[in-house]
Amino acid sequence: MWSFFIRRLLQMIPTLLGVILLVFFLFNWVGGDPAYILAGKLASAEDIANIRHQLGIDQPWYWQLWIFIQQIATGNFGDSWATHESVAHIFKTRLTPSLVLLIPMMIIETVTAVCLALLVAVFRRSMIDQSLMVVSTIMMSISLLVYIIVGQYLFASLLGWFPVKGWSDSLWRDLTYYAPLPIFLGLLVSIAPSLRLYRTFILDEINQDYVRTARAKGLSESRVLFKHVLKNAAIPILTNLLMGLPGLLTGAFLLERFFAIPGIGREIILAVERSDFPIIKAATVYVAIATMLANLLADLLYRYLDPRVNLK
Amino acid sequence: MTSQEESMISSFSPSLWALARKRLARDAIGLLSLLVVVFFILMSLGSYFGFLAKNWDQEVAINYAPPTWLATNQESVSALQAPIPPRSQIDLYGQTDPLAPLLDELEAHNPQDINSPPDQQKVNHLVFGADKWGRSVILKTIKGSETSILVGLVAALVATAIGTVLGALSGYFGGWVDDFLNWFYNVFTAIPYLLLIFAIAAVLNQKGVSTIILILGLTGWTGVYRLIRAEYLKHRHREYVLAAKAMGASHYRRMFIHILPNTLHVILVQLSINVVGFIKSEVILSFLGFGVPVEVVSWGSMLNEAQNELVLGIWWQLVAAGVAMALLVTAFSVLTDALRDALDPKVVA
Repeated sequence: MWSFFIRRLLQMIPTLLGVILLVFFLFNWVGGDPAYILAGKLASAEDIANIRHQLGIDQPWYWQLWIFIQQIATGNFGDSWATHESVAHIFKTRLTPSLVLLIPMMIIETVTAVCLALLVAVFRRSMIDQSLMVVSTIMMSISLLVYIIVGQYLFASLLGWFPVKGWSDSLWRDLTYYAPLPIFLGLLVSIAPSLRLYRTFILDEINQDYVRTARAKGLSESRVLFKHVLKNAAIPILTNLLMGLPGLLTGAFLLERFFAIPGIGREIILAVERSDFPIIKAATVYVAIATMLANLLADLLYRYLDPRVNLK
Repeated sequence: MTSQEESMISSFSPSLWALARKRLARDAIGLLSLLVVVFFILMSLGSYFGFLAKNWDQEVAINYAPPTWLATNQESVSALQAPIPPRSQIDLYGQTDPLAPLLDELEAHNPQDINSPPDQQKVNHLVFGADKWGRSVILKTIKGSETSILVGLVAALVATAIGTVLGALSGYFGGWVDDFLNWFYNVFTAIPYLLLIFAIAAVLNQKGVSTIILILGLTGWTGVYRLIRAEYLKHRHREYVLAAKAMGASHYRRMFIHILPNTLHVILVQLSINVVGFIKSEVILSFLGFGVPVEVVSWGSMLNEAQNELVLGIWWQLVAAGVAMALLVTAFSVLTDALRDALDPKVVA
């Protein structure tokens, strides 16, 4: 187990290096000279030379790469180009609103999707199964944008059940007052794909021999489902959940933007609009690291839950 | 192999494609979705070549003209209620216009500019309403479908081509080629898809249909790569490939003439999955303003306008773009499922 863990950690190094190189290449070659973005429209040659010196762009590329690696290792990406707030501070303060929005969403989504998936798996090929699948296909086809625009107008502007947008400093008020509508709208889009995925996981298990044996022993259907099937189907479901965890870091871009939630997703969109490279660079690299760690965790969990899995 | 021999063989052992066609023909819902998809593609092609929605940008109605069945007043109205007063009659409150001599000169050269434009009759209702500038929402949706569908299709072709070639190289050659491309794949999948798109959009920093195709095409190849690589790993030691090698077929020939046709079913399904995903991504990118430029209309930019109109009670643009997109995406997803079922030999027909 330990040797596997260490080997996987070592295997992450080339990938991480690749991510760093990719981001470095994108922002230093493709992105053009940031001095022109920073200096504004009426910049003198001196201003530009000055900024280039401050950013280290006048150094050779390997030196710039070294600066970038140092930034990643120390977590110090300097200041935002647009607001001059430190990047580390931006991420620290924007993380909580994103989590307040996304953790409840993830929990509700998983519970609902698993329950519905069990339901449709039990009644597979019946009317309930077919109609639920049709509904979820249609739900998946409507753009999240449409859900948000209509939902915000209908439930907030027209009916006044929820605030149109906003956020507060109190966790309780955020959770009970500001977050419910965005969470609900996010669920409308995210439940359907999970349901379809989990349905296939459960159907894979339900046709196995051990289920037939359990039924032959005379176990009740609910016992077969919850004790036998769900336990085995839980392995891919949990893996899928863990792989989704890094998504919490980037947040729900559109939800945060529409409902003016000061989370990471909204910050990234703002950064793209303002060509605020330090924020995008930091977000890309750290989310990539988080994704790799989450994949590793998923593998370890897989191994722990299913001893038959042989990790090499 | 001559066509005669081919037909002889297929007469007692139908090919995968013949079987797939048969299975698809029996699938009524699959056929229906195929029809819808073909309809949308023809519509966007028609618009691209100028057969359809050519005059979409003409301001034929008053702004926010409601759909016909909601209109209370059926009379056309004149666009200009009052004639434009001549410049000399405008009260400047004692100030002198510094540009007056210049304007006099201009007016002397272009006397037609002084007169008010020809009085256009603008209708105050349209079949499915009008947008802010009085353009028909139906024509705008057709024009928008052109952008959204062409971007989706072309970007999916680019992404699938990249994924197929890289996957084929990786699976066929193995060894260090495979290691290197796998590393490349790992790097691209380590960064969440939308974040990568945003990062590339930020550095390119120029809007345009070709930019967005480039972004989506360069980021979307990973799924295809993984599946095609697995297919090639499976096929490269099969007997028919060894036979081709014994006959002296080159690597290129074995990879793309012998193995590729046997993976086409995977490619086709991936292509259609990509089209759906890219149409959705294009809409989101254009909505956020990172996608198509302002003068190009797409479903995303229509939704962007619709967002502010809804508060005014103007719902027709939202419904038009939303329904068109939902219809196409549903049909495409159902078609993908039908294709997968039809092409999967393991499915009991």
